[in-house]
Amino acid sequence: MTDLTPTDQTSADDQGPAPSRLHQALDSDLAYSFRRSPVAMVSAAVSLTLILAAVFAPLFATTNPFDPASLNLMNGFTPPLQPNAFTGESFAMGTDDQGRDVYSTILYGMRISLFVGAAAVLFAMALGIVLGLLAGYLGGWVETLIMRVADIQLTFPSILVAMLIFGIAKGVTPVEYRDQMAIWVLILAIGLSDWVQFARVVRGATLVEKSKDYVDAARLIGRRAFPIMLRHILPNVLSPVLVIATISLALAIIAEATLSFLGVGAPPTQPSLGTLIRIGQGFLFSGEWWILFFPASTLLALALSVNLLGDWLRDALNPRLR
Amino acid sequence: MTDPVLSIRNLTVEIPTRRGLFRPVENVSYDLRPGEIRGVVGESGAGKSMTGNAVIGLLDPPAHIAEGEIWLKGRRIDHLGAEDKRAIRGKEIGMIFQDPLTSLNPLFTVGEQLVETIQLHLKVSSDEARERAIALLDRVSIPNPAERFNQYPHQFSGGMRQRVVIALALCSDPSVIVADEPTTALDVSIQAQVLDLIKELAAERQVGVILVTHDMGVIADTTEEVTVMYAGKVVESGKTDRILGAPEHEYTRSLISAVPRPHVKLKRFPQVSYGGRETEFKIEDLARNWPKPEASSSGKLLEVKEITKQFVAKSSIIPSWNSYLTAVDHVSFDIRDGEVFGLVGESGSGKSTVARMIATLYGVDGGRILFDGEDMTAMDAEGIARYRRQIQMIFQDPFSSLNPRMTVADIVAEPLLHLGILPKADAKLRVRELLDRVGLAKDAWRKYPHEFSGGQRQRISIARALATQPRFLICDEPTSALDVSIQAQILNILKDLQEHLGLTMLFISHDLPVVRQMCDRVGVMKQGQLLELQETQALFDAPQHPYTRELLSLMPRLEQLPG
Repeated sequence: MTDLTPTDQTSADDQGPAPSRLHQALDSDLAYSFRRSPVAMVSAAVSLTLILAAVFAPLFATTNPFDPASLNLMNGFTPPLQPNAFTGESFAMGTDDQGRDVYSTILYGMRISLFVGAAAVLFAMALGIVLGLLAGYLGGWVETLIMRVADIQLTFPSILVAMLIFGIAKGVTPVEYRDQMAIWVLILAIGLSDWVQFARVVRGATLVEKSKDYVDAARLIGRRAFPIMLRHILPNVLSPVLVIATISLALAIIAEATLSFLGVGAPPTQPSLGTLIRIGQGFLFSGEWWILFFPASTLLALALSVNLLGDWLRDALNPRLR
Repeated sequence: MTDPVLSIRNLTVEIPTRRGLFRPVENVSYDLRPGEIRGVVGESGAGKSMTGNAVIGLLDPPAHIAEGEIWLKGRRIDHLGAEDKRAIRGKEIGMIFQDPLTSLNPLFTVGEQLVETIQLHLKVSSDEARERAIALLDRVSIPNPAERFNQYPHQFSGGMRQRVVIALALCSDPSVIVADEPTTALDVSIQAQVLDLIKELAAERQVGVILVTHDMGVIADTTEEVTVMYAGKVVESGKTDRILGAPEHEYTRSLISAVPRPHVKLKRFPQVSYGGRETEFKIEDLARNWPKPEASSSGKLLEVKEITKQFVAKSSIIPSWNSYLTAVDHVSFDIRDGEVFGLVGESGSGKSTVARMIATLYGVDGGRILFDGEDMTAMDAEGIARYRRQIQMIFQDPFSSLNPRMTVADIVAEPLLHLGILPKADAKLRVRELLDRVGLAKDAWRKYPHEFSGGQRQRISIARALATQPRFLICDEPTSALDVSIQAQILNILKDLQEHLGLTMLFISHDLPVVRQMCDRVGVMKQGQLLELQETQALFDAPQHPYTRELLSLMPRLEQLPG
């Protein structure tokens, strides 16, 4: 139909200085689609604010909730924006039972949630990409083996898989290291329960790319399978991976919160958003609603904005939906 | 003269884009009389399909008719609402699209689709509709129409499907049919039959047909009137014989000069120069640093002996239960030093498989391939590695043969660096020189493939193939995805390669006039077998095999074109 590709001009008419990388990025279709989507802009702003607040938590927090010395039990159960009856101190989001400032705890808790989520997604992504590439490119029994394992894993709810891995890992780590290891075990558990969708998407995309002539051109000069996978196919299968990674990040944060809520995740000494919600739900019906409300809202805002961003990215990168 | 059934007056279509207003169709006017076939010809992006879509009322938003009028049988239809347009579409105006696979619904039988369409437009009972449908299938020469009525589209071949699509378009006795590249996806032999059918039906039913195509051969064989479009505008319009025989406009002339002639071999294609296309290349300059073509010991650079390739059609756990499909069946030929050897055949004839076996992309299931006297099929990986730089390939689809994530410099340099032919700094110079010689702009090396058109990408492909200074070049349908004027440029480059660099080539194509222009000797393939092998001149003058004769007889006659 309409052919909007450049015309066949072979004359040297477009020589100017090469546009800078930044300029190219700002001028790209992706940036254009971003500027046209209010949802994308708002969710990007929300996620960015939350992520920055978490990363620079010490700068924004009023107290360090992990430092027992800074806590004052007298401050316990202070409602938001009201001075404490004993100390006269006031907290924007109130305090919990131990007198920890909820606002500061959320910042530090979000740090753990985001770290666990991001690390788990990176782990799942790395595993999924490697296995997906191998399955798609090599085919044969390698593919059968990888994809059957993936199919079997998909028949279990991922939270069960994560709990199983968490349980095994906890069993094999010595008691004194358990609290330190908890975070890493969480990452392993969530990552392992999440690689399948990366592997499936990468395998599908690899099958498509493998049949293209540029792969044949590389085979023609004698490139071997692994360099072809890394140099030629991998860069071309990354855009769907990016989309899943964003959506998975939201899911991983929720998975972490779920595990922590169930008490098998981050320890109470290093509370993540999920741990905070678990602590807070005990006080919901006794009137201290803020201990649950603020961490839960933060989790909602974070997961929702990252998810919406992922949705937008999927639409923007998929030319068929445009 | 009868009144026109359809007339288009000063039609302009606009698409607002983020880069400003784009006008794919500008100020186009033409008339269509009952029973007349009007060709609309032009290269991709000329706006010919867009005009057709505007007539049917199927412009994809945000494209819209900005100006002009479309009159159908005395009624103005361009400003009608969506509802009214839909009533006209299918009833008054039938459509035939390029791809018969996608224009039929695979989940319904052919009969159901016909009956549904008939009942949508005409008030008839189911039985009557069924009778009409079978009569239509019969009319478009589908054998056993009553039986075929209950079959699904996948049970029909490509040509048969296109006949069904034509039957669908005729369901409601339309007065106009818009046929958008109706035969482009079909083999030549089928193409001729489908075009004949359209011609007959137009005359018999007094239907006006707008035939949109890029193929001058189709225009010459089928149409009475032709409109030539370029960049959204009509450059010339009139009787087909007059336009092809004595084109007035510069663009028409350049377009016609680029069409490969089936009856004479030209040394080079005439330079097409229109719309600021610079077409001078400097392949000659490459010759200075090019190694003198070594003569092979036997005078035959490549010898193919009885090669066979089988693909697993149905795999089974037990290997001996597999069923196989023989794609190439005991094919033998040889290619002499400095010769261009052509392989022709229709789709599925196995010609591309032969190319891929020679390029070592496919293994060989039987027979031997000798390159410069040495048996490549018996070599281990190391032995083959020595021949990698001597055999290079140009692929058919310029959109999939370049890695979209690599810069052009990296793409062209890859063979050099991977095979360790040149160090990095020298490779960079070689790449720039090559890109310049194949006619790309100075800064092409730092761009990515998507910034180039199909023809330019094919030049990049050629540069990559030349990077290792090969002795043997395999061209697998190198121009079948390109416009005719671009095809002429690319073929000229290939001719230069042979003349100035003494390259030996295997040239694969389904297009006989192109083969005529390019090749010294030609082999004709059908269903995996080599039927005939002749000097090009002899093959075209006195074909021996009946299949070759059939292929040649279907070649578009372009005698009215000026030589």
